[in-house]
Amino acid sequence: MALITVENLCLGYDGRAVVNGLSFQVEEGSYVCVVGENGSGKTTLMRTLLGLQQPLSGTITFDSSVASGEIGYLPQQSFIQREFPATVREIVLSGCIGKLGKRFFYSSREKQTAEDCMRRAEIEHLAERSYKELSRGQQQRVLMARALCAAGRVLVLDEPTAGLDPVFTEELYGLIEKLNKEGMTIIMVSHDLEAAMKYATHILHIGDTLFYGSRDEYLERSEGRFLLVQKESGACL
Amino acid sequence: MLVKLGEYLQFPFVRYALLVGVLISLCSSLFGVTLVLKRFSFIGDGLSHVAFGAMAVATVMKLADQMLLILPVTALAAVFLLKRDQNGKIKGDAATAMISVGALAFGYLLMNRFPTSANIAGDVCSTLFGSTSILTLSKFDVFLSTALSVIVIVLFVLCYNRIFSVTFDTDFARTAGMNADRINLMIAVIIAVIIVLAMNLVGSLLISALIIFPALSAMCLSNSFFKVTVVSSCLAVISTLCGILASILWGTPVGSTIVAAEVIVFAVCRIAGGHVHI
Ligand SMILES: Nc1ncnc2c1ncn2[C@@H]1O[C@H](COP(=O)(O)OP(=O)(O)O)[C@@H](O)[C@H]1O
Ligand SMILES: [Mg+2]
Repeated sequence: MALITVENLCLGYDGRAVVNGLSFQVEEGSYVCVVGENGSGKTTLMRTLLGLQQPLSGTITFDSSVASGEIGYLPQQSFIQREFPATVREIVLSGCIGKLGKRFFYSSREKQTAEDCMRRAEIEHLAERSYKELSRGQQQRVLMARALCAAGRVLVLDEPTAGLDPVFTEELYGLIEKLNKEGMTIIMVSHDLEAAMKYATHILHIGDTLFYGSRDEYLERSEGRFLLVQKESGACL
Repeated sequence: MLVKLGEYLQFPFVRYALLVGVLISLCSSLFGVTLVLKRFSFIGDGLSHVAFGAMAVATVMKLADQMLLILPVTALAAVFLLKRDQNGKIKGDAATAMISVGALAFGYLLMNRFPTSANIAGDVCSTLFGSTSILTLSKFDVFLSTALSVIVIVLFVLCYNRIFSVTFDTDFARTAGMNADRINLMIAVIIAVIIVLAMNLVGSLLISALIIFPALSAMCLSNSFFKVTVVSSCLAVISTLCGILASILWGTPVGSTIVAAEVIVFAVCRIAGGHVHI
């Protein structure tokens, strides 16, 4: 069975649909890039997948082997305050919050996980630094390490490279690719079509036309062959 | 002066006042950090006015134990306001202002219309500014405040990691599989408890000060959430001790003296440490 199965999903706010009739399946270990214009509903889809908001209709089914909270999330915009007093270590460790279960405090295993995730994101040397003093790229790495702490098998990234300089962007893509090679399923929203073509195994295109398929199929489609899914017009019930 | 202080400390009511004052300000400062960072600092103000309204109703109804009415009403208001803020139908701050001013007006109206004593102005003033009620605590009051404060502090310590997570990034905490609604509910109820307790100490107008100042002062001094929490509670205890002692020595109103001490501590921290943009 596929890791995530989405059927006839309808997304939106206050009864107004943004995306209609979306169906796709994500297999374990794949690297899905979600592309589409600004405002086409990519962030909305990610938030719905994560259970932060309810779909207007349709279903999202996770394979029973994916425990809730096994998904790491790197939000597009965190409404984290500029002045929030927290060290990098405190923030990364908070990625383990879902593993607490009924306990109150982190075990040494979770603390070790946090250290490992900081190492993978190459920010160990920043552990005691204050989050608010870091550069934008460093902050993004911290949130990435936090997502890694939470991620058992799936990592959802919403425009992880927005606002980063080219060097950081390349490094971040490299890190994500490495994680994917290690077996992590990646779902990444990206504006960067070039990177999407380079790294993704599957492409989900959201907008006036909906498309889901392998990268090669998407390339053919881009050359104007055919659309797999036509957006249904009209209201969503 | 020290001799005089020593004499005062012989009186049980002074020792009670110090004990209850320290515990309550400790509670307020612990949760104050979360409230300030979640941009809910206004909620303390709103809820204290609700508590004032509820107290007016309780007084008019001549309830034997006013707590039984004040605490649930304030807790309900807290839950409502925190929920409101998430849905954002009515803007959080507008809703708070409405409830707060409304409760204040109705409370005063009730006290005026159905006076229970000859000196209404005095009554209202003492509920708003706390005047001397901390020095006239009954044994039961002391017991209740101590027990509730200890529960609040224990809950904070136990839930510290969860409180950090919802404060820093509620959405992420949810996606990581944490029950954020339950913690938010707990925070709301605890805030209500703290506010009702703090009414005895500084009165309902000055409660916000108890919640906000230690957190802001601590944020000038430290960069980690843990340190801010610890420093904030130390500062709160110090200012409350100084405030109560000063008010006894010089006969000033307890509530305002404590708040004055908090303001001075904040000024010192601000000059000594960096600055916070709030
Ligand atoms: N909280 C919200 N309430 C109502 N409409 C929203 C909200 N957030 C986003 N939208 C609308 O939903 C649409 C999709 O937004 P979004 O998912 O953020 O797009 P993308 O991430 O693809 O740029 C936009 O038209 C936006 O105006
Ligand atoms: Mg987006």
